[in-house]
Amino acid sequence: MEHEEAKKTTFWANIGNFFKKIGSKISEKAAKKAGSSNKTQMLEWKKDGWKATVCLAPALIILAVFTFYPILNTFLVSFFPDYNYVTDEFGSFGFDSYALVLQDATFWRAMGNTALMVIVSVPLSILIALIITVLLNSIKKLQGFFQIIFFLPYVTNGIAFGLVFATIFSPMDYGLVNTLLNAVGISSVGWTGTTNIPYWAGLFVITVYAIWNGLAFKILVFLSGIQGIDKQYYQAAQVDATPRWRVFTKITVPLLSPMILYITITSMMGAFKSYSSVVSLFGESMGNGQNETFITAVGYIYKYFNRVVHDNISWVLSRASAAAVILFLFILAITGIQMWANKKKVHY
Amino acid sequence: MEVKLVNLTKCFSKKEGNVVAVDHLNITIPSGKLVGLLGPSGCGKSTTLYMIAGLHRPTEGEIYFENNEVSKFPPEKRGIGLVFQNYALYPHLTVQQNIMFPLENMKVEKKEALRRAQEMANLVGIGDLMARTPGQLSGGQQQRVAIARALVKMPEVLLLDEPLSNLDARLRLQTREEIKRIQKETGITTIFVTHDQEEAMSISDEIVVMNFGVVQQIGKPQDVYNEPANMFVAKFLGTPPINIIPAIVQDGKIMMYNAEFKEKHNLDLSSIDGLNIGVRPEYIKVDPKGKYKVYVEMVEYIGRDKTLIFKFDGQENTCKAIIPSEVDVLPGSEINIDFKRYFIFDKEGTRLL
Repeated sequence: MEHEEAKKTTFWANIGNFFKKIGSKISEKAAKKAGSSNKTQMLEWKKDGWKATVCLAPALIILAVFTFYPILNTFLVSFFPDYNYVTDEFGSFGFDSYALVLQDATFWRAMGNTALMVIVSVPLSILIALIITVLLNSIKKLQGFFQIIFFLPYVTNGIAFGLVFATIFSPMDYGLVNTLLNAVGISSVGWTGTTNIPYWAGLFVITVYAIWNGLAFKILVFLSGIQGIDKQYYQAAQVDATPRWRVFTKITVPLLSPMILYITITSMMGAFKSYSSVVSLFGESMGNGQNETFITAVGYIYKYFNRVVHDNISWVLSRASAAAVILFLFILAITGIQMWANKKKVHY
Repeated sequence: MEVKLVNLTKCFSKKEGNVVAVDHLNITIPSGKLVGLLGPSGCGKSTTLYMIAGLHRPTEGEIYFENNEVSKFPPEKRGIGLVFQNYALYPHLTVQQNIMFPLENMKVEKKEALRRAQEMANLVGIGDLMARTPGQLSGGQQQRVAIARALVKMPEVLLLDEPLSNLDARLRLQTREEIKRIQKETGITTIFVTHDQEEAMSISDEIVVMNFGVVQQIGKPQDVYNEPANMFVAKFLGTPPINIIPAIVQDGKIMMYNAEFKEKHNLDLSSIDGLNIGVRPEYIKVDPKGKYKVYVEMVEYIGRDKTLIFKFDGQENTCKAIIPSEVDVLPGSEINIDFKRYFIFDKEGTRLL
């Protein structure tokens, strides 16, 4: 028993040491980066390092198993076209999967759809969220009530959204939008759920859905940001007879710019990953019947990934991985450009 | 432009009930003068300033600029320049953009706006810092930018809210002279708020001493200092502060602790049982033939002068006197002093003499 106990402690001590090493390396680096040569501070870092590591361990382990390992594996698999999901045999190295993906018209349609969502819905939803936030912030009565109303979508189930949107954009004459259209003499449009959805109509529904879906969180972030802005800036602007629009563009927006950058990046990433919105609106086929009109990049990946399970065609998982890597590179590049471009425009 | 406040009142309704921040204020601020609103924190001086600016709406009373009533006007219609306590410079704009901001609102032509901004920046002495952002400036420089921004639209009235409170001691001295200079050069009616009596005394043409939302005294700094209207004003002005010696009337004599107050006075003592005698530290002189015997506790040398800390017989706390440094006094000794001047207040603080 005693022996076992000792063994146990050495085992854990070893693990502890391992993390300690990593921890202290990181902390040393951080300390160096902060320009601090204070030795006592370094010692404290080292002393507390293992405690921090232990506290972080559960999260790190879960992240390692479910995030870091799959990411690495995805990269790996994408370069082995013959990778077999069931036997875990890699086969030979090659770029065939990338070639196949890049030559696939469906992939480019998926990327096109995704790009449209990113370009249209993200800026629109940010602008709308900003305007709602400013209006919300300028009312005094019932502000809390409206805050709750605007935040409700955030805690609402996605399937419930889908059902509500299915009713609003039903292709039948009794659909909410179609009823309105009929009232002004326009014939019904097949917004969703038929085999004959016009491309523009489908995109319109997706955009409305995406904007509305993302609004709650954006308003929350902007509102907390706007309430952190010193009221005296607004008083100063008022004394100087600043028109309202100028107050918005010259004071509110620049002072909110860190939040706007954060929201832009996260919601662009979100838009790049959009899949569930399309599925909940158009079903798993993501479009008119089987022809995947509104397929997204993630939809494409998911489709090929799924095919493995059903058909056991080995190279398809590699194709899905290759598509995922391409999507990753896109997001990386665009985020990088954004960070770089915003460096001069964001005021911390 | 002359600024006149008539019966100006501001109540804030709070949970505990209404708080009267400013109580029927009547002040006339003459055109082209630098006037300091002075008082302890919470006395309503900033509220008064914000009412003049239009950021607070008066509960009662009127504000006149020359002969126009402006109480109902929003801030932007009043033609005032306001410098906030923490300057409220837009952190994302350069000094130049900050100063030009009001001009752009007025749709002044770009070239003209640039010229005026530069001119104003030169006036306040930051002409070479136009390309910097407020974060890259020192407190004193930021303060000048704020003044330049307030002045560039050529307002009729300049309002300054505790303009020097964010500066260190040395910079404060320097900046208050700057404010005085800028005010003299522009000739603009300027009202500023401060809780620092020294600051108010040194630069104001006139000071308005306030307490609990009520004006205590208005006048030239030196006059207010020399002839305070009541004990509050006497105590509030001057460092070290005035000695207030509580006295009681006994057998027709005024007794300060165990010492008799021997100055001539024409007070009718029959109806008075207690008084406060105010003597400024510099009104005390050491004289072997002096009327009052006191015990010296401590002597502090402060360069040109020395501070005497002493007690009357029977006194628990201490009094202070400022005497020339060549007068020899030993701590622990007994000396005689005289009052060169004194004020007499009743127990409530109203001045009697």
